Amino acid sequence: MIDVIVLGGGIVGASAALMLAQKGQRVALVERDFCGSHSSGVNYGGVRRQGRPLHQLPLSQRAHQLWADLPGLIGIDGEYMRSGHLKLARSHADFAALQAYAEQTRGFGLGLQLLDYAELRARFPWVGDIAVGASLCPEDGHANPRLVSPAFARAAQRCGAAVYEQAEVMRIEHDSRRFQVHCANGLHLQAAWLLNCAGAWAGSVAAQFGEAVPITCAHPAMLVTEPLPVVMNVSTGVEGGGIYARQVARGNCILGGGRGFALGPLTARPGQAAVLEILRNAGELYPFLKGAQAIRTWSGTEGYLPDHEPVIGPSSTQPGLLHGFGFAGAGFQLGPAVGEALAEIVCTGASRHPIEAFSIRRFQA
Amino acid sequence: MKPVVIVGAGPAGISAARTLLDHGVTPCLIDENLRGGGQIYRRQPLGFQRSARQIYGFEASKAQAAHRTMDELAPLIDYRPQTLVWNAEDGRLDLLDNGRAESVDYARIIVATGATDRILPVPGWTLPGVYSLGAAQIALKYQGCAIGERVAFCGSGPLLYLVAYQYAKAGAKVVAVLDSAPFSAQCRALPALLGQPLTLAKGMYYRAWLTAHGIPVHQGATLQKIDGEQRVSGIRWDDHVLACDAVAFAHALRSETQLADLLGCEFAWNTLNRAWLPQRDNAGRSSVNVVYLAGDGAGIMGADAAKMAGERAALAVLEDSGVAIDQRRPAVLEQQLAGIQRFRHGLETAFPFPEQWAAQAPDALMVCRCEEVSAGEIRAVVDEGHWELNRVKAHCRVGMGRCQGRMCGLAAAEIVAERSGRGIEQVGRLRGQAPIKPLPFGVEVQP
Repeated sequence: MIDVIVLGGGIVGASAALMLAQKGQRVALVERDFCGSHSSGVNYGGVRRQGRPLHQLPLSQRAHQLWADLPGLIGIDGEYMRSGHLKLARSHADFAALQAYAEQTRGFGLGLQLLDYAELRARFPWVGDIAVGASLCPEDGHANPRLVSPAFARAAQRCGAAVYEQAEVMRIEHDSRRFQVHCANGLHLQAAWLLNCAGAWAGSVAAQFGEAVPITCAHPAMLVTEPLPVVMNVSTGVEGGGIYARQVARGNCILGGGRGFALGPLTARPGQAAVLEILRNAGELYPFLKGAQAIRTWSGTEGYLPDHEPVIGPSSTQPGLLHGFGFAGAGFQLGPAVGEALAEIVCTGASRHPIEAFSIRRFQA
Repeated sequence: MKPVVIVGAGPAGISAARTLLDHGVTPCLIDENLRGGGQIYRRQPLGFQRSARQIYGFEASKAQAAHRTMDELAPLIDYRPQTLVWNAEDGRLDLLDNGRAESVDYARIIVATGATDRILPVPGWTLPGVYSLGAAQIALKYQGCAIGERVAFCGSGPLLYLVAYQYAKAGAKVVAVLDSAPFSAQCRALPALLGQPLTLAKGMYYRAWLTAHGIPVHQGATLQKIDGEQRVSGIRWDDHVLACDAVAFAHALRSETQLADLLGCEFAWNTLNRAWLPQRDNAGRSSVNVVYLAGDGAGIMGADAAKMAGERAALAVLEDSGVAIDQRRPAVLEQQLAGIQRFRHGLETAFPFPEQWAAQAPDALMVCRCEEVSAGEIRAVVDEGHWELNRVKAHCRVGMGRCQGRMCGLAAAEIVAERSGRGIEQVGRLRGQAPIKPLPFGVEVQP
C-alpha cells in the first residue's frame, strides 16, 4: 500500500518524497527519465533569494534554512557554497531599482548590502567597469545541480520511498477513492494522494483534471569554460536580466543568458545566437574571461506560467491532487521548501508557510 | 543559392568536392587544417622539402594525387581551410575562422570528419612523451619530427606496424612493438584479409621489415604501465621492463561523429566498430534528408574506402538534386566498398578489441585527463546504481572537459559497462553538445 504518488523526480518532487518519507508516509516517486536529469539537474545552480518577488520570500527563507544543512538532508554537500550573490547594475536607473528592492525586502532578513561604484571596485575588483553599483546578498550562493537534485531522490529512497526511474506515466485515473497511475513499463500504482511535480510537463496532468493552465516551455542557454584561476568569489546576476555567472571551486566559470530552443519534447539546445551573445558580451561584465575558452553548452526544459510564478498547492477540482510546478527557471533554491510545503499539506492539511499566491485558481476566470 | 557544403578535406572530402565540381556543382569545402589531405595524407607546411616517398612510403602516389586534386580544386571552389565547424543548427553551420564567428547555410551537406585514435588508457599515459599512434605519425609526416629517440609502439591495429615502420625508416630507434592481439588472431583473420591482397601484403611487409631489422615485435603483449617521473622512462608488460623515452599507443581508430550528432543523424550501435555510429545507406545518405556521410567519420574503413565513399556520397547529392550522373558508377563504387568492408571484418579479427581492458584498469588509472576522473571514481558512481553514460558523466564529470569525451568517452563506457554488468551497447553514448571544439570569449561575430 502506498499513501502518496509523486510524479516527477526533480528537486521539488524528490524533496516532497523525502519529506513525506521522513514523516512516515509510504511514498512512490515516479520519474520518466532519471531523477534530477532535467531542469533540476541542468540549471545554472544559483541558490539565491535576492531578486525574488516578495510573496516568494517566506518560502525562499524556509528553503534557505533547509539548504543550511544540506549534508544532513541529502548526505552530500553538493558543492553548495554560501558565497554571496551579487546583483550588478549597469545604469543608475538599475541601481535605483536595486535600492528600491532592498527597501521593500527589509523585513525579510535578506541582509542586502548596496555597493556604490567605489565600494564595488574595492570589494570585487574583477567586476567589469560597466557596473555602476551592485546589491550583495551575503548568504545567497550556488551549488552543483547535477549532484544536488539526484541526491534528493536518493535520500528519499534511503528514507523508504520507492523510486521508479524510466517510468513514463501513460494514464492517470481517479476511481473515487484512489489515483490509479499506469506507466509504460507496466508499473501500476495507486494511492489517495497524487503530487504533480512534473515540471515543464505538469500541464497535461492539471488539464486532465479539468484545470488547464497556460504553461509554456523555455530553454535557458548555458555554457561553461575550461578551468580558470579562481577570481569570482560570488555568484552574479544583472539587474534587468542578461548574463549571469559563477565560478566553481575547480575553476570553471558557468554562464547563462538568453534562450535556447527545443530540439524535441524532451531535449533542448542553447542555440548559436545565445551562445555567441554570451561569448561576445560577457567581457564587459567579466573582463577576466577574455581569451578563455567555452568548452560546453547546454540547455534544459523549464515550465513558465504567464506571471512567471509557480503553481503550488491543492487542485481546485480534484481532492487529493497537489501541484508544485512552473518555477520559471527559479525553482532550484525553492525546491526543498516547496517539497516540504506539499508534504505538510498531505500530513496536516496545510503548509506552514504562505502559498496562497501560487494557487492554481488564479488561472480560472 | 545555398551551396553543397563538405566538411573535412581528407580523402573523402576531396573526392566528394572533385565529383561535385566535375558535375558542375561548386561546393564549399570547410577544413580545420591549414592544407587539404586530412590526417592520412597530411601535408607538410609550405617550404618543407621532404619527398612524398619519404613521408608517405607506399602511399606516396595516392597522397600526391590527393594533393594535386586539392590544388586544382582550391581556386575553383569555396575552399575554407583553418575553419572549425563548431555547431550545426537549422540548416546552418556555425564556423570559427581565425577568431571570427561566421556561418554558412547549406542546401546539402557531406560530413567527412574522419577519425582519431581510440585510446584505452594505461597508468602513465598522461606523461610527457606519450602520444597516440596517429599523433606520432603526424609529428613525422607534418613536421619531420620524431616523438623521441627511443620509441616504443603499443596497442593494436594496422597503424601500429605502419607507424613503427615509418619511424624506423626515418632513423628513429624503435625499441619494441607491443601488439595486444595474439599471432593466432592474425592467422584466423587471413581468409578475410586475402580479399584485399595488396593491403594485406603491405601490412605483412611492415611486419617482416621490422623483424628483419632486428626490432622486437611482441604479439599478445598488453602494455600495462608507462613508467616515468617528469617524462617517459620505460614501459612494462607481463614480466618485462623496457627503457624508452617515448611511447606511441592506440587501439585502432574511432570516428569523429559529433557533427553528425548535432545535425540530428540517427545513430545505431555498430558491433564491428564497437561504437555508436550515424546510420548511412550504401550511398552515404544519413537519416536526415540533406545530410550525407562519407569516410571514416561514419565508421572506420580507411583512406581508399573514404575516397570511394566521398565520390559515392557526392553522386547521391547530385542524384538527389536532379543532376544527371553516370548511372553505372554508383554500383561500381558500392561493390568496391563492400569488398573493403569484408576486409575490415578481417582486420577486426586480426586486431580484436582487448575485452579485458576495463576489468584490468586499476582504480587509480586516470581515464578522463581533462577533468582528472579515475577509473575508481567512475566505478564508485556505477556502484551507486548509475549505468547510463550521461548520468555517470553528470555524477563524476567524466567526459565533461575540454575534449568533451572525444578521448575518454569510449574508455569510460567500457568501464561503466563492465562494472554494471551490462553490454557495452547498453550503456548509451555521450550526448553531443556544441561547441564541437572549444570556442573563445571575445569572438568577433560577423553581422
